[in-house]
Amino acid sequence: MKRLFLLISVLFIATGMDIYAQQKFPVSGTVVDAKNAPLIGVAVIEKGTSNGTETNLDGKFTLNVASQNSVLVFSYMGFVTREVPASQAGTVVLNEDTQFLSEIVVIGYGQVRKEDATGSIVAIKPEVLNRGAVTAPQELLVGKVAGVQITPGDGSPGSGSQIRIRGGASLRASNDPLIVIDGVPTSNDAAPGMRNGLASINPADIETFTVLKDASATAIYGARASNGVIIITTKKGTKKFAVDYNSTYSVNQNTKTIGSLSADEFVTKLTEANPLSTSTGLAAHYLIGGYKTDWQKEIYQLGLTTDQNLSVSGTLANIPYRVSLGYNSQRGTLKTSGYERVTAGLNLTPSFFDDHLKVVANVKAVVNNNDYADGGAVGAAAFYDPTQPVYNYKSDGSINYDMFNGFRNWGTTSLPNTLSGTNPLSLLYDKYDNARSDRALGNIELDYKMHFLPELRAHLNLGFDIAQGKGTSGVKQNSFQAWKDGDFKGIGRKTEWNNKRQNTVLDFYLNYTRELPSISSKIDVMGGYSWQHFYSEDYSKELSNHATNPVIKKETTFPTENYLISFYGRLNYTLLDRYILTFTVRDDASSRFSPATRWGLFPSAAFAWQINKESFLSDSKVISDMKLRLSYGVTGQQDLGLNDYPYIALYNQSTIYSNYLFGSTFYPLLKPTGYDENIKWEETASYNVGLDFGFLKNRITASVDGYFKKTSDLLNEIDVAAGTNFANRIVTNVGNLENKGIEVNINAIPIDREDFVWEIGLNGTWNETIITKLTANNNPSYVGIPTGGVSSGTGGTIQMHSVGHAPNTFYAYKQVYDQDGQPIQNLVVDMNKDGQITEADRYLTGYSPAPKYYFGFSNMFTYKKFDLGFNMRANLGNYMFNDFAAGNSTSYNFSNQGFLTNMVDVVNRTGFTRGNSPQQIKSDYFIENASFLRMDNITLGYNFNKLFKSNIKGRLAFSVQNVFVITKYTGLDPEGWGIDNNIWPRPRVYTLGLNLTF
Amino acid sequence: MKKITIILSVLSLSVLATSCLKDLDTRPLDEKTFTVDKAYADQAAYKQGLAKIYSVMAVSGQDGAGSTDITGLDPGNSQFLRSLWNLQVVTTDECKNGWGNDSWVPELNNNTWSNIKNESIDGVYYRSMFIVALANEYLKQTSDEKLNERGHTAIKAEVAKFRLEARFMRALAYSILLDIYGNPPFITEEHPIGGYMPSQIGRKAMFEYIESELKEIEPQMAAPKTNEYARADQGAAWTLLARLYLNAEVYTGTARYTDVITYAKKVIGGGYTLAPNYTNLFMADNNTSAAKNEIIFPIAFDGNKIQTWGGMTYLVASSRSGSEKDIVDNGTQQAWDGNRATEKLVDKFTYSDLSGDYPVSADKRAIFFKKGRSKEITNPLNTFTTQGWSVFKFTNKTSTGGKGAHNDFPDTDFPYFRLADVYLMLAEAVVRGGTGATTADAVGYFNQLRARAYGNASGNVATLTLPTIIDERARELYWEGTRRTDLIRFGQYTGSTYLWPMKGGQPSGVAIDAKYNVFPIPVADLMSNPNLVQNTGY
Repeated sequence: MKRLFLLISVLFIATGMDIYAQQKFPVSGTVVDAKNAPLIGVAVIEKGTSNGTETNLDGKFTLNVASQNSVLVFSYMGFVTREVPASQAGTVVLNEDTQFLSEIVVIGYGQVRKEDATGSIVAIKPEVLNRGAVTAPQELLVGKVAGVQITPGDGSPGSGSQIRIRGGASLRASNDPLIVIDGVPTSNDAAPGMRNGLASINPADIETFTVLKDASATAIYGARASNGVIIITTKKGTKKFAVDYNSTYSVNQNTKTIGSLSADEFVTKLTEANPLSTSTGLAAHYLIGGYKTDWQKEIYQLGLTTDQNLSVSGTLANIPYRVSLGYNSQRGTLKTSGYERVTAGLNLTPSFFDDHLKVVANVKAVVNNNDYADGGAVGAAAFYDPTQPVYNYKSDGSINYDMFNGFRNWGTTSLPNTLSGTNPLSLLYDKYDNARSDRALGNIELDYKMHFLPELRAHLNLGFDIAQGKGTSGVKQNSFQAWKDGDFKGIGRKTEWNNKRQNTVLDFYLNYTRELPSISSKIDVMGGYSWQHFYSEDYSKELSNHATNPVIKKETTFPTENYLISFYGRLNYTLLDRYILTFTVRDDASSRFSPATRWGLFPSAAFAWQINKESFLSDSKVISDMKLRLSYGVTGQQDLGLNDYPYIALYNQSTIYSNYLFGSTFYPLLKPTGYDENIKWEETASYNVGLDFGFLKNRITASVDGYFKKTSDLLNEIDVAAGTNFANRIVTNVGNLENKGIEVNINAIPIDREDFVWEIGLNGTWNETIITKLTANNNPSYVGIPTGGVSSGTGGTIQMHSVGHAPNTFYAYKQVYDQDGQPIQNLVVDMNKDGQITEADRYLTGYSPAPKYYFGFSNMFTYKKFDLGFNMRANLGNYMFNDFAAGNSTSYNFSNQGFLTNMVDVVNRTGFTRGNSPQQIKSDYFIENASFLRMDNITLGYNFNKLFKSNIKGRLAFSVQNVFVITKYTGLDPEGWGIDNNIWPRPRVYTLGLNLTF
Repeated sequence: MKKITIILSVLSLSVLATSCLKDLDTRPLDEKTFTVDKAYADQAAYKQGLAKIYSVMAVSGQDGAGSTDITGLDPGNSQFLRSLWNLQVVTTDECKNGWGNDSWVPELNNNTWSNIKNESIDGVYYRSMFIVALANEYLKQTSDEKLNERGHTAIKAEVAKFRLEARFMRALAYSILLDIYGNPPFITEEHPIGGYMPSQIGRKAMFEYIESELKEIEPQMAAPKTNEYARADQGAAWTLLARLYLNAEVYTGTARYTDVITYAKKVIGGGYTLAPNYTNLFMADNNTSAAKNEIIFPIAFDGNKIQTWGGMTYLVASSRSGSEKDIVDNGTQQAWDGNRATEKLVDKFTYSDLSGDYPVSADKRAIFFKKGRSKEITNPLNTFTTQGWSVFKFTNKTSTGGKGAHNDFPDTDFPYFRLADVYLMLAEAVVRGGTGATTADAVGYFNQLRARAYGNASGNVATLTLPTIIDERARELYWEGTRRTDLIRFGQYTGSTYLWPMKGGQPSGVAIDAKYNVFPIPVADLMSNPNLVQNTGY
């Protein structure tokens, strides 16, 4: 309540700032738009003075000016400013500014003219021309914005990508940005059953993305804003009736395979490593089959994608509307994988009472169907014995379906080899994993401009985001996997799940905007309240595949919820149209924290100076725009990745698999759980300096931003003193982390002729993230927190969060090389020179998966009706642990456990022939520079105006995505998450697209 | 007018806002998650809380084999019994492990561990301290005042017994910490939970604390064999005391062999009997067959309801190979190519026939498998099927030829304390000069074990010496998790008096420093608790 009062007081002070000066010559008139409709609230100012007024409800104004020679300046948001001599000011017509849309940017709880923005805000319209097949919205942002790094998902249909804005502010908590869709802040896990939460938005419906990067822009979102904010605005109804139809067909081709040995090469290598004169050699030889199977050929197929979008917009009964329908269907490059999506959107924007009440209603609905294929088949195919057939055959040559459903595997049904790999085709055909996800997201916004006080608006936003995902995953009866099942031998099991999410939001704010001509100022004050509820319920049931009376192994329902309540306010103050100050504050409370720690105050302040409006630049022919921005602010992170009650001491009861026996009765276990009653959010203090330029009438625009972010109270899972809590580690606020970086964005039109235009967009980012504190006590012998699990061995890690280093810095043994530069197997440097090779000999390599620099580069050539565009992207200084190579670097891979495992060409490179030591598989030899240059897509288009003499306009385009990658990295793809292990390769996509509008 | 509107708006807004603030006090919606008050609202909770304390030795977490109470460690690999077993057995002449990809393995095989994190060293430490923390919390939550508050007065007597057992489990955990780490942090129910930083009290004081706790609770505990199976009774407390006293000289510098004899005799008088057949002690039905009469205190496992990738699953699976068609012989489908005996262990027995896959010895306790394997281990990693004999002592088969209930997880319980060990403790204490039993008694108990092993008196001895006893302990108790403690007591673990393959990292064995008699306190705990001092040499 105290907080609210504070915010409202600001409003009062603002309203009191009316100072009028008296003048002699009276002028009156009416301001109308091009259609002769009166415009209300137009600022009318006597040029060169601070004397001015506004038009009333009928568009009329009266103003006393110095003389009849005075000039009046009429300005109105969204219209071209006009200057008219006082003597001619009868009826003044203002024309709509056609560039208006690009000049307005959406910000948190409102919008602002671009020139009035003080924060680091990038608004981009999704590229319509040059994009190929796009399924998820974030693909439209890839490589487009400096400071925003998007790592696309793997090759599976509908996979999600990872978005990082300015490097990520957390170690343990989420580093995902907050995504606000049409005013509804969404939660990161809002879409159960979809790998990609954003995939529920049809990219074709998106009007703009606005990326808020610095604290001045994000702090209004307080405790959810540390990792930046992306605001997505969808398309609205139009005045004219319009139909837009978009259709694309794509072919997805897997272009990369792992260099597995052929059957003959494999037998040769195997025999070299295990000579026939030894008992193991004999055992190995006994297992060799007589086939030559290319497993990688067997698992892939040609993927096919189609995407159809239809939208109709117009105005019906004075209500602007837009209706859209989308259909996307994909067959993935791995056999059995598929994805299907149907989207529908409705948007209504009616206004009432002479536009005093504006209503925006949005509903978006999506149905996703996923047929997941086990991506593990990629690795399985690389290593499955190539001398074995795909199927089990009977003596008559037909497939023996009785044995493991026909798929050849190691062992027999009664005794399957539990240590061997699974036939890759079994992984695809004997496993199933289907999910259907329905999601509806919508809101209604009421914006009421007070009749008696048009400067004051009340804004109410009620939003919901409801999703339900359900699915089944399991193995088929009589499969190899089913025969390995310890509980249901030969029968196997499945899991049925059903997860719900219900997020609701209520936002209310008051906004007061006022031109104060007397002091050449403009103020814009906003204060509001927000209530959000996040509810989720996860249900799962694990049961046997018995057709009748299945045995239920486990059935759980887990409902949970949390609330966020906030008060917020913003003051924008503009002086002389060129000095702009912004203050924001948000007071957030989360139910995830105890009453003592749950409130957090997140303020920000920013200053912008529109330098080009100063007299010394206003006449410049070269510099058309120049703005300096400075900002400071504090944001937070409350998405801990923990349960919703980390501060309360709780007990839980074990499942039936963790009981204990007393006498002959089994008892469930009652366990207190670890907790931290002082836990609270992470706080990130950010500084930003930015400079925006426009040259040659903005034919060249550029901006440079430098930032420094310091996260304190970093949430980290730390060891607690043994015996003092009910967990050995708790997540608590102990660390500090710093991000700094420079971002450069340049857009230029080098050639601009009537029939030939060349446009370039270039952006580059340097980012550095350093951990500066990790523990409560400083102990020099503490290296850090091990992270980054590797596939070989149990519990092994290859990365370390360590003070003074980047997060996830690789932590490895130093390889010893011979004089030819070849690694010497199992020989690593004794770093501490104690005569032994132990864990203490690992070192912090200084390499991490985060790129030091990343760049985006786009080009568009338009010649008459043709256009050609391409997008390229580069990451520099990012490293990858080639876990795949490390785990399979020796030809000594026969373990004499009753099965054979193929080798990959890595063994030729290393020359390793003996068993690997635990050190060898964590050697820095396998940490590779994964810098790359990638052409994401290239598109050739043809535009036509009058199809068959109708008024149908359209475009035909052909594009290729994932065109090429240039890298020194030896694995399949240099773009990943730091540890390269069994990734489903991203396919190359060829797309033919047709667009029709009328 | 303006102001009135604003005030009205503000008023309506603030009413809306304040009414929602109480939403922030939400409590868990899940019905299996309780706040403390709710947890003990049901009287059944007292036994479930006690079961949790016991279960730490058996399961790794609250939801079957894949779950863990201790984060940052692999659930199966850090399971209590598995980690303890690795420290007590893999670091000695009894066993070497073959997993070349696991970093804990060479450090334990070669006795070269350091203060860098090792899953087994951390596993025992954190799970033992977890037992201590659980027992402390249990004692707080089950005090008379708490029972009165909740109106649970009718079950006071029963809960009092539970509390004694919680204290026993805490003493047991501390005794393991005392043995493995020397000087662990000390915390009891008198100290607060969270925020408090425990200190060390020294190995001697820790010994005295455990001794006094056990002596205080022992008279009140259930008489031997009268408590429910798998719950501690006087027999368990006495055996723990006997084991403490047997090693007292190592812990405190003062020998207490007479006390060993005192408590060993109490156990022997408690009604326990040797299993008629040695092999039955390690089978799936050892909780129901006659073998259970020898078991004083088990760690219970069950294929369906007490599941772990550590514990008995590890002991049954780790010494079998996936290549052998007879893995089903262990009653599960698990075979992990990990642990095998060194020549030092198998040579403790003599063999009459080595021609087959199974060596034949008159001593029926030699349960080995040698197909394709040399007796010698020159490099343990990745040579499981060629170097070192497998040990098939633990199995999920039953004494009647059946097999346990589950294909992955054995039903077999682990005999943590058994009568044969107590016989050998008594015999050793007598040989070392303790009073209270005669040499004839000692020889008699000793020969009972020999006679069971040979099926007749042909293996019996007439006199006892310390070398006979340490070797007999190897033959009787190999792979049961006492070896490291035994070798330390006999002065053979560090130094060069006794060498075995891979000791000190050399195939023929070399001397190791005396610092290896205790393990380092995990650095993670030194980091989080500034009151702790690391052991000498680490």
